[in-house]
Amino acid sequence: MVKNGGSKTSRHLGWAWASPGLVFLTLFAAIPVLSMLFMSVLTAGRFGGVTTPINFNNFARATDPVFVQVIINSLLIAGATAFLSLLIGFPTALFISRLSRKWQVIMIVAIILPYWTNFLVRTYAWLVLLNNEGIINKFLRNIGLIDKPIEMLYTPAAVIVGMTYLYLPLMILPIYAALEKVDKNLTEAAFDLGSSAWKSLRTVSIPLAMPGILIGFIFVFVPSLGNFVVPELLGGGKTVMIGNLVRDQFLKARDWPFGATFALILALILIVLISIQSYVSKRVNVNA
Amino acid sequence: MATVRNFKFSAAVVAAAALLLSACGGSSDSASSAAVDPDVDITTQKLVISNWAGYYPEDLAAKVKEAIGVDITITNHANNEEIMGKLTASDDSGIDIAFVSGQYAQALASGGKLFNFDKAAIPNLANLYPEVADLAYDQGNNYSAPYAWGTTGICYRSDLVDFTPDSWNDLLNPKDSIKGKTTMLATERWLALPAMKLLGYSMNTTNADEIAKAKAQLVKTKPTLLAYDDTAYYTKLISGEAVLSESWDGWCNYGTAENPAIKFVIPKEGSDLWADTMVILSSSKNKEAAHAFINYILQADVHAWVANNILYKVPNKAATETLDPALVTSYPNMGLTPAELLKGEVVLDLGTDSKLYTDLATAVTSS
Repeated sequence: MVKNGGSKTSRHLGWAWASPGLVFLTLFAAIPVLSMLFMSVLTAGRFGGVTTPINFNNFARATDPVFVQVIINSLLIAGATAFLSLLIGFPTALFISRLSRKWQVIMIVAIILPYWTNFLVRTYAWLVLLNNEGIINKFLRNIGLIDKPIEMLYTPAAVIVGMTYLYLPLMILPIYAALEKVDKNLTEAAFDLGSSAWKSLRTVSIPLAMPGILIGFIFVFVPSLGNFVVPELLGGGKTVMIGNLVRDQFLKARDWPFGATFALILALILIVLISIQSYVSKRVNVNA
Repeated sequence: MATVRNFKFSAAVVAAAALLLSACGGSSDSASSAAVDPDVDITTQKLVISNWAGYYPEDLAAKVKEAIGVDITITNHANNEEIMGKLTASDDSGIDIAFVSGQYAQALASGGKLFNFDKAAIPNLANLYPEVADLAYDQGNNYSAPYAWGTTGICYRSDLVDFTPDSWNDLLNPKDSIKGKTTMLATERWLALPAMKLLGYSMNTTNADEIAKAKAQLVKTKPTLLAYDDTAYYTKLISGEAVLSESWDGWCNYGTAENPAIKFVIPKEGSDLWADTMVILSSSKNKEAAHAFINYILQADVHAWVANNILYKVPNKAATETLDPALVTSYPNMGLTPAELLKGEVVLDLGTDSKLYTDLATAVTSS
């Protein structure tokens, strides 16, 4: 909608421009979320599917401590993944943004390149690296550092490492995009005025990169929270996340309404987070 | 302006409502059955068949075309859950024949999704062991023809464990020497099986107290496990990462094929009897060809060829009698008799009580 009136034609033009986006959002965001909402208050069919009557039992069932614990674990694991991605992603993006134009392109391509390989293949690579008879443990044993394998695979830490690896580019790219726009003279000026490297980072680079950091955080957090393949492969089925609950209720328990309830909870968590991100991002932009 | 917005909004609401309503369409319970027409030219029919990946000879499609003249397309599923998802998501999945475990065939039949066989069109059903017709998931083989059967036990590295396992206790309360080197199946009914049998319960129990006791045992077992794994545990046994795994008998053979020190045992407390079956969907428009396909598989020489390929036992008496004795020497479980197998408890579909086991598995794996 055009603010403060505007002529009739420009308003219609606005709708025309917005319509592909609106159709997309209706088809792929509004309808799926609404159908989950609708399904979650129905009763499970004897054989998958949903039937009447309408009831709200599933929301009460979802508060069972077992499920609450799964939701908390998922938030912690996704949070740790996003944080670890930030720790690695920010310095990487900063480094790339200070390279020459040519090298920037080469580095960005290098970061995106692994994405051309199927993500299951890349996840299996971690199985080969981390397992008790795997490359890392064998190497450490051969050089005599350890005599018993370090248990790395099939732990929550392995899940975090695996997802960090998968989603790292989603952290690096938005931060790079934010930093790349920054006038190089700003950091130079900070140095000229006697600021230490740390201080110029803290007072110039980080604040200017903040919109990118926030977007990167959401980009990594969101797919991590819903992931169910990595917990199964690298967590050895011993780490359960919300995504696993949704999948299990639909495919194993044939309880679609309960699965829809978890999908809805997942969507709600994400809506809250994205609202926070957009609010903080606005404030940051105003301050900058 | 307002009209345009309202129109778009109402259109979206109507579309959403239509989608939601289509999602609630229930399935009819009536089992469809009719005689198939023996005069139909089946070579004009094409079959879409869904089977587990790696669970059939690679040149099956070519052999079928040669033998009965029907073009078949084989699609793969990774597990029962995946194919159930495909079959139940719509009224016609486009699949003519599905390979599913017995209890899932039972569930599909109770949902009216299966075509009751015209047995006159599958004379080779007579090749099956007579005991097969008594299996509780489908007594009389009215809508399912067994393809392979077996049991669940312990698959272990005889060279890396310092004892001979013979009990579910060896898995559930492992000795210190093998802690962190054992795996259990992740699919909930089999995740529960060892505890149910160790405690002396039925693996089909829906008794809340028994399920709670099994849960307590499984929660105690979890920290001693390397992983829950349905699909890659035999590779963990080959690498030595794992030394003892809960396993379906045929999967253990894939380990034995790589390393003869990998052995299989059925624990003394007993186990299950599972059967993987072929079913015809009631939505199939190629039922004559579907019957001919099942009849072809049940032919003695064909079913024996399948057994040699997939290293699972086939419930086909005529086929089993022609198996090479060397195969049984290499893979002792291939020689299990129907009487030995029938000591196992038949896995049944629990209907709406299935969620008891899903909740049990969630509670255990997230503990």
